[in-house]
Amino acid sequence: MPVVLENLGKRFGDGAPVLDDVNANIKQGEFVALLGASGCGKSTLLNIIAGLEAPTSGALEVPSDGAAFMFQDAALFPWLTARENIELALKLRGAGKTERRTKAQELLELVHLGSAGDKRPHELSGGMRQRVSLARSLAQDRQLLLMDEPFAALDAITRDLLHDELERIWKETGRTIVFVTHNVREAVRLGQRVLLLSSRPGRVVQEWSVTEEHRTDAGLAGQLTGVITARLREEIRRHAK
Amino acid sequence: MPSNPPLVEEEPVVEPVEATAAETRHVHAALTRTSTGKEDLRELESGLDSLQSDADRKHRIDWTRILLPVAALVVLVLVWQFYVSLGVKRRDLVPGPLDVLGQLGVLWSDGKLQESVCTSLQRGVVGFLISVAIATPVGLLLAQVAPLRRAFGPLISGLQVLPSVAWVPAAIIWFGLTDATVYFVVFMGAIPSIINGLISGVDQIPPQYRRVGTVLGASRLQMALQIVLPAALPGYLGGLKQGWAFSWRSLMAAEIIAVGGTIGFGLGSLLDQGRTLSDMAVVMAAILLILAVGILIELLVFGPIEKRLLRSRGLLSGSTR
Repeated sequence: MPVVLENLGKRFGDGAPVLDDVNANIKQGEFVALLGASGCGKSTLLNIIAGLEAPTSGALEVPSDGAAFMFQDAALFPWLTARENIELALKLRGAGKTERRTKAQELLELVHLGSAGDKRPHELSGGMRQRVSLARSLAQDRQLLLMDEPFAALDAITRDLLHDELERIWKETGRTIVFVTHNVREAVRLGQRVLLLSSRPGRVVQEWSVTEEHRTDAGLAGQLTGVITARLREEIRRHAK
Repeated sequence: MPSNPPLVEEEPVVEPVEATAAETRHVHAALTRTSTGKEDLRELESGLDSLQSDADRKHRIDWTRILLPVAALVVLVLVWQFYVSLGVKRRDLVPGPLDVLGQLGVLWSDGKLQESVCTSLQRGVVGFLISVAIATPVGLLLAQVAPLRRAFGPLISGLQVLPSVAWVPAAIIWFGLTDATVYFVVFMGAIPSIINGLISGVDQIPPQYRRVGTVLGASRLQMALQIVLPAALPGYLGGLKQGWAFSWRSLMAAEIIAVGGTIGFGLGSLLDQGRTLSDMAVVMAAILLILAVGILIELLVFGPIEKRLLRSRGLLSGSTR
C-alpha cells in the first residue's frame, strides 16, 4: 500500500478543521481521482501526502522516498529551457551529467515534445508547458505522483488531449497517481476510483470505481457522471443558508 | 492564478441518444478517450502545438534606435551653440561646443585625457567588481536567513541612503591620500546598493518557485544557488546597475576631494584642476567625459545584458525599450 490515510485531520490555528477523519487506502499503480467542491481541502490533503504540510491528527503512511508533485500552473522556471527544467529535476535528484542528457530527452519524447526541448517556457503554449511540467515530475522518479488540478487552466480541446496523454503515460510508467480535481467529468475520465470529499470539513464521503467499459462507452460514463454530480450537489446544498 | 472556480458542471447527464456506438465516442469527447491510438494522439498534439505557439519573429536592426538618440544629441548641441552665440554670458564663463571640443583635442594631445579616463575607469571597474564579489554572497545570505535580515536590513538600507562622499574625510584620515581611500569610498557606495537590489529581487520571486524547489528536493544551498539567485536575476541586475552608478559617482567625488599624494590622475582630478585654474573649457570637457563614460557603460555593458535577460524570459514584448 503506497498511501494509507487513517483518521487524518488538519486545522490551521484555532480555525474550523479543514480536514476531519479522512480515511483512504491507495494501492500500488492505482489512479485515484480526488473530487470535491471548492473549500474541501483537496489541496491541503495533497500537500500533507507530499510532506509539504503536517497533519494535526491521525496517521498517514507514504512512500519513504516522498512523492512527485505537479501543480495547477506549470510552475516552470522561466530562465531555463524546457529541457533544462527537466534536467534540473534530475540534477536535484543527484543524477550524473550524461544520465541527465539522455533521460531528459527520453522524457521530452514521452510527452511528445522531442523537438521543443530548447524552447523557453514563454514560447510554449499552456498545454505544452503542462506537458513539460508532467515530464519534470516524472523526472523525479517517484512511484507516487500527486497532481493538483493540473489541467484546470487549459482550454477544453487541449484538456481532452492531455487526458488521453496522461492515461497513456500512466499505463506506460506504472505510477501511482492521486489526481485532485473539481471536475466530475475529469474524475470519471481519468480515475480508476473516484473519491468524493465533502466540504468544511473535508472527509471522504463516498467512492465509486470506474471500469474499462466507462472509458469507451460514453453512455455508461455519462450515467456515472450524473450519479456523482448529484451526490456532489447534495454535499454543496448542505451548506445553503 | 485561477483559484477553484465555483462548481459548474456542464451538462452532467448524457441522454442515451439514437447515435451508434462509433458516433457516441466522438460526441461525448470529454468523457471517453478522444484519440484512436498513440500515433493519432501524437499527430493531434503536434497540430495543436503549432496552432497555439507563435511563429518565430525575426529580429532586425532597428535604425530608429540609433538615429533618434543621435538626433537628440545634435539638437542639444545646437541649442547650446545658439545660447552661446546670443552672448548673454562671457565666453570664458560659458564656453561653446567648439571651445570644449578644442579643449578635448588639447587634452588628448597632452595625453591627459587618455590618462585620466584610463585611471578612473580602471578604478571604477575594479572597485565595482570587488563590490559585486562582496555584496552578492552577503545579499543572498541576508535574503535567505530571516534573523540576519531583521538585524542588518535597516542598517544596509540606511547605508544606501547615506551619500558615500560623507566617508571621504574619514577615509583620508584612515588611509591618507592613497588609492585605498578611493576604493573605500567606492565600496561604501556600491556594496549597500547591490545588496539591496539583490534582496528586493529575492523578495519578488513568486512563492511557487520555492515550493517547486522543495518538491524537487533542493537542499538549502541548492535552493539559494539554483533557484533563488537565477529567479532574482532581473532585480539583481537592477541592483548591479545602481551599484555601478554609485561606484562611479563615489569615485568622482573621492577624486575631486582627495587630490595629491599617491592618488593617480583621474577624471575627478582633471575636473578639480580645471576649477583651480578657472578654466571653464577643461571643467566642461571633464564633465562631458564623465557623462560619456557613464553612457558608454550603459550602452555597451548593462543595456545588452538586460535586454537579453528580459527577452529570454519573455518580459520584453510591449515594453518601450
